[in-house]
Amino acid sequence: MRILPKTVSAGVYTGFLALLAIAPWIFSVIDEPFYLDLLSRGLILAIAALSLNLILGYGGMVSLGHAAYLGIGAYCVGIPAYYDFYNGWLHLGLTVLVSGLFALVTGAICLRTKGVYFIMITLAFSQMVYFTFVSLEEYGGDDGLVIYLRSEFPTWLSMESPVALYYWIFTVLLITLFFIHRLVHARFGRVIVGSRFNEDRMQSLGYSTYRYRLTCYVISGVICGIAGMLLGNFTSFISPEMMGWTRSGELIFMVVIGGAGTLFGPLVGTAAFVFLEEFLSYITIYWHLIFGLMLIALVLFGKGGIHGWLSAFDRKEKRG
Amino acid sequence: MNQPLLEVTDLNKNFGGIIATNRLYLSVEQGQVHAVIGPNGAGKTTLISQLSGQLKPTSGRIDFEGRNITGFSTARRARAGLARSFQITSVIMPMTLLENVMLAVQGSDGHSFRFWSSVQRDSAMIDAAMKSLVEVGLDDRADRIAAQVSHGERRQLEVAMALAMGPKLLLLDEPMAGMGSEETARMVEILSGLKGDKAILLIEHDMDAVFSLADSLSVLVNGHIIATDTVEKIRNNSDVQRAYLGEEHA
Ligand SMILES: Nc1ncnc2c1ncn2[C@@H]1O[C@H](COP(=O)(O)OP(=O)(O)OP(=O)(O)O)[C@@H](O)[C@H]1O
Ligand SMILES: [Mg+2]
Repeated sequence: MRILPKTVSAGVYTGFLALLAIAPWIFSVIDEPFYLDLLSRGLILAIAALSLNLILGYGGMVSLGHAAYLGIGAYCVGIPAYYDFYNGWLHLGLTVLVSGLFALVTGAICLRTKGVYFIMITLAFSQMVYFTFVSLEEYGGDDGLVIYLRSEFPTWLSMESPVALYYWIFTVLLITLFFIHRLVHARFGRVIVGSRFNEDRMQSLGYSTYRYRLTCYVISGVICGIAGMLLGNFTSFISPEMMGWTRSGELIFMVVIGGAGTLFGPLVGTAAFVFLEEFLSYITIYWHLIFGLMLIALVLFGKGGIHGWLSAFDRKEKRG
Repeated sequence: MNQPLLEVTDLNKNFGGIIATNRLYLSVEQGQVHAVIGPNGAGKTTLISQLSGQLKPTSGRIDFEGRNITGFSTARRARAGLARSFQITSVIMPMTLLENVMLAVQGSDGHSFRFWSSVQRDSAMIDAAMKSLVEVGLDDRADRIAAQVSHGERRQLEVAMALAMGPKLLLLDEPMAGMGSEETARMVEILSGLKGDKAILLIEHDMDAVFSLADSLSVLVNGHIIATDTVEKIRNNSDVQRAYLGEEHA
């Protein structure tokens, strides 16, 4: 199985990342600051999609509750800020701790189940978190919470300005990409991928698959929690809505349409999602319907999503 | 010191009303090939599954190297040195043959909470896996995807994976199932190459293969072992012939 794309697709992705690196400069030259906003949000979603891909794409664990971690991360900024604690390390540490713990406890239960049951129970846990925050009147309940200041970091790490925040997000994205790339090729990743295809066989080869899958689930949750922490800083207004199940569904869409189980697939999928959301919602209020139809078409006819098409191109290239 | 490698004591397994294993006693000695034969539905696979941990016995006890392993999980038994191959081929289909065998090597090489170094650059692991592929004669197909090789080759892959685990006891559930005569001959050759080196519990329908490979033999009928002896004696045992071998061998 090839995981890291080669040739054509590798060229495309390298170019893509290079473009992202200079995007703020481009937007300032063409004087379109709105695009920086759009891109920042897109990259945060991309990090979330990458984290979901780790369990869904590589591990075959279809979670319909991943947006809960976006919410948890965001509230790990919002709640301390509510009490005037703006220390960034505190926010980040809290995010890692809470999302990690939540993933550990819920994952320990979810991973006892398989298939549709797994999907339903991940959904149930995320809805639990959702309704917990809805009922927390102190922190705005349904109406949400305004964050007046961004997480405070030392000057060289500041996320005060939109451009600085953008590079924060971009850096986290790069680290996540690199980390996942290493992880899936390392021993740990091989166990995760093997268990996706044939868990019984992996057990008879000596792997206590549950432990590995649970660890993977926690790693994924923490990465998504960090995406949520960035999202909280980005939107400066947070509400339970950001962890609703529709958002979880959208994350699955991003992973699947881009190419589940490939390194760059979720990135491409997120780009497609943000683009479609922006432009389809401009044309029609039924844009979610179009998403749904596309997803069905992809499941029926597509092979490996957009990344799949790109690497089909690679194969032709090799033959020719 | 003369304790058997594997000892099964009064093993019983019921599936609802069906008694699949019935007061079963069995032992396998160090370095020996012990075959279990029996008609379809006799409970051979059920026995193997209880030994390797996929099925929990209703009652009874399994000792391996003098240790009671009845309560061990499948993974823990594998790490203790019990390697199983499946009657119905069970490999990681989308991976290459080499990747499959590397997973088997990795599983018996400490824990896998290693997140950073690529296994593709782990030459020790690749060498170990290639060695097992050479043993079963699949080394020239190492980079083929498991889903794309022939049925017989996947059977060989099953055995290569079991070997790559470096086990103390191989549990082989009809390794020749569904193979052509040429492939069967090849498998018999592979297994005789292991003889004397590894203890094997061999389930097999092919009598010629059993008679040429096994040191000793048990006959399983309706979940119960009706006779255990050397291959020679079983061949001449009239009860066994009537119960199982049928007219052609009588
Ligand atoms: N999971 C199960 N649930 C219920 N009954 C089962 C189960 N597995 C096996 N059996 C029954 O137990 C008996 C023994 O089955 P088993 O598969 O062990 O036979 P076998 O000797 O391996 O046969 P074969 O030669 O066909 O492989 C059969 O009657 C079978 O129908
Ligand atoms: Mg069987």
